[in-house]
Amino acid sequence: MLNKKPVKLLALPALLWMGALFVLPMLMIAVLSFLKRGTYGQVVYEFTLNNYIRIFDPLYGQIFWDTLVVAVLTTVFSILCGYPLAYYISRLEKSTQQIWLLLVMIPFWINFLVRSYAWVIILRSQGVINTFLQSLGIISEPLPLLYNSGSVLLGMVYTLMPFMVLPIYVSLEQMDRRKLEAAYDLGATPWKAFWHVTLPMTKTGVVTGSILVFVSSIGMFVVPDVMGGAKSALIGNVIQNQFLSARDWPFGSALSIVLMLLSMLLILLYFRATKASETKEGSA
Amino acid sequence: MKTLRRNALSGYSWLMLVFLYLPILILVLYSFNDSRINATWTGFTWKWYVSLFENRQVMQALMNSMTIGVISSVIATVLGTAAALAVKHYSIRWSNIFNGLMYLPIVIPEIMMGLAMLVLFSQVQMELGKVTLILAHVTFSMPYVMVIISGRLADMGKELEEASQDLGATPWETLRYVTLPLIMPGIIAGFLMAFTLSLDDFIISFFVAGPNSTTLPLYIYGLVKRGVSPEVNALSTLLIVSTVLLVVVAEIFRRKDSKNNQSIF
Amino acid sequence: MKKIIHLDSIEKRFADTVVVPSFSLSIEEGEFLTLLGPSGCGKTTLLRMIAGFEQPTTGEIFLDEKPLSHVPPYQRDMNMVFQQYALFPHMTVEQNILFGLKMKKVNAAEQQKRLEEVLQYVQLTELRKRTPKQLSGGQQQRVAIARAIINNPRVLLLDEPLGALDYQLRKSLQLELKNLQKNLGITFIYVTHDQEEAMAMSDRIAVMNKGRIEQIASPAEIYNSPQTLFVATFIGENNIFRENGTNAAIRPEKIKLYPIDSDKDKHKKLGTIADAVFLGNLRKVFIRLEGQDMTVMAHQYAGDGLDWQVGEQVAIGWAQTDEVILPC
Repeated sequence: MLNKKPVKLLALPALLWMGALFVLPMLMIAVLSFLKRGTYGQVVYEFTLNNYIRIFDPLYGQIFWDTLVVAVLTTVFSILCGYPLAYYISRLEKSTQQIWLLLVMIPFWINFLVRSYAWVIILRSQGVINTFLQSLGIISEPLPLLYNSGSVLLGMVYTLMPFMVLPIYVSLEQMDRRKLEAAYDLGATPWKAFWHVTLPMTKTGVVTGSILVFVSSIGMFVVPDVMGGAKSALIGNVIQNQFLSARDWPFGSALSIVLMLLSMLLILLYFRATKASETKEGSA
Repeated sequence: MKTLRRNALSGYSWLMLVFLYLPILILVLYSFNDSRINATWTGFTWKWYVSLFENRQVMQALMNSMTIGVISSVIATVLGTAAALAVKHYSIRWSNIFNGLMYLPIVIPEIMMGLAMLVLFSQVQMELGKVTLILAHVTFSMPYVMVIISGRLADMGKELEEASQDLGATPWETLRYVTLPLIMPGIIAGFLMAFTLSLDDFIISFFVAGPNSTTLPLYIYGLVKRGVSPEVNALSTLLIVSTVLLVVVAEIFRRKDSKNNQSIF
Repeated sequence: MKKIIHLDSIEKRFADTVVVPSFSLSIEEGEFLTLLGPSGCGKTTLLRMIAGFEQPTTGEIFLDEKPLSHVPPYQRDMNMVFQQYALFPHMTVEQNILFGLKMKKVNAAEQQKRLEEVLQYVQLTELRKRTPKQLSGGQQQRVAIARAIINNPRVLLLDEPLGALDYQLRKSLQLELKNLQKNLGITFIYVTHDQEEAMAMSDRIAVMNKGRIEQIASPAEIYNSPQTLFVATFIGENNIFRENGTNAAIRPEKIKLYPIDSDKDKHKKLGTIADAVFLGNLRKVFIRLEGQDMTVMAHQYAGDGLDWQVGEQVAIGWAQTDEVILPC
């Protein structure tokens, strides 16, 4: 074992790096969230809980609520869009499967900003849809397709859906097909077999995908920034604003700590849920 | 009945693919549209691309993106590879703890990482610019490099390294002659992924960039906020094309000689 | 003969579980020793401790009377043939075989000389430029052996080297390996779960069970005089009679069948034939004993002219000298 020691030290640079540039900044934010803001936007080193109390202001309460609603709706729509797609891919032949997976993965890597912007071209008042409908004479005035909560939701589902497809696909792949065949043997209709066998067995995939989509959507500020109007700001936009225009870093930190705790809580619940389902399967 | 259901499923899936790609294709298409103002197609042109290359700000942003991308992905690849090699030798408990810390940046909302680093840089009074961008980009891309290389190492197993030691190679010789050559496709894939992430990043860069270190996505953001223009379309198209190329090449390298064809994301 | 390897009170624990309880063992120079046992019996762990991939929790391993506990695997004068061969996929056959000499910084002329010899020896000269992927299982196995023996190790460790091959190939390679060992005079420590393989090749067999060495002896002794119940039942087939607190083991081929009315002195027990299986050179006869919940197996030579029918009443007997008494 002696001879393995130097190899083990190879992790040290990465560890120090993450400590200095990830853990330390996170701790700084946590400290900052309990400090005061001075008149000129500077940080005053005095302890206060006011930043957290301010979050309960109805104004921010409303934005938190809106953010949660958008995140839940994004998750639901992503499941509706992603599950059938993942199911279809898992039934394809191996080689075709790889191509489809790559096709689903590629948009995920393309810049969020660019993908949201693509929808602006389509939806704006002189955009592709409005120009087309006007040229056909169906409408005389352009439809207000952009800069509302509907367009924000569309943009969110569009950018985050690939997060849903891949985990569901993985769980469909790992599923024991024999159980499905057994269900058919026992006379289950395809819908019943799907509802009672496939869906429960792919729960882990759906939960993983939902966590990924939900956590990404509550922190999102690009899509509402580009596709949303003045009223569709989400918590991400508020935090961005506190740091860059309002220069209230302590309050921005408090908001982001709450945001992070919210995502952590979800991830924790997720581990609980998957663990519970695992033990249930083990005893069955 | 069965075929109907299958057709419906296949139709729906193709529809989803159209949903994913149509906006991108429209964006690309309009970067070749002669008309500046509206969505009517008036003819094919390269002129928006030509004007990009004549635009000094665009060229500066491109240069910044490339410099930051190359430097940050080299650092991320070196650190990530070294860490993956070390963690392989840890006991299960320690590797779980280490991986937990390393993979945390993947699950934390990006906006938080961005502002946390902004706070750090302002506390240590570092001027925002290329250096802070590089530091930030290494931090978020290193975990991805580690995931890819750890996968490759797990795939390789420990037998080959044992065989090498058995034949008289010291641990460093084993690393040099056996391990590194065998995980090289993974290292290349990791590097390309890190470069793609850096080239594409907007959110974190948004917080830690300075006035003279505008990257391509930041430049695009500035233009997007001012409205739709064919130049943005052209610039976005260039970014899309390079991303797609990089991702496909990285995937090819990652799957090369690998038993594990499971796709990561 | 001279001792080459000595294991002194070796014990291996993983966390709190004892994988190999404390024992000692000496291996002689030029010997072909087989570690035989069911999977999970600790034989591979033992081999890996000798190679240096695992450290014994307590105890010491000696090679030529030098303690090995602080000698890393790459400084031990032994080589291993791995179960799945562990050939380097990014190197040719030649590069694989030369790897050990390169690492030991042997001069180029010497490297070439030994390479040619070894290639000739394992008949791989024509395949030298191929990569492992382009070879069959048997050829890969030869490369693995060539890669090990080119280093002239003091001891060659083999971890189920034939396990991945089909039955026919395994049979012919058993002989080849045995000849190789005789010609080179290298000590072989061979791990297998296949008793036929162990019987055919070894000078001595160490039968292992649950980490313990149950018996170490020549194949004939292991077969004829097993010392424990495990050895008696694991090696070959056996009938175990439990009587008065002892176990008596009688091999099926030692059991004779008689018609009920013949010489009564030789009858030990009475029974009914439950089944008879014809296997070409012999017939396996299963006899259900009277008044006892036990079935005895007897091998009868097919050429003995006797025809045993299922349902027939028979008497069984054996010579007292063929009885092996075992502790419970």
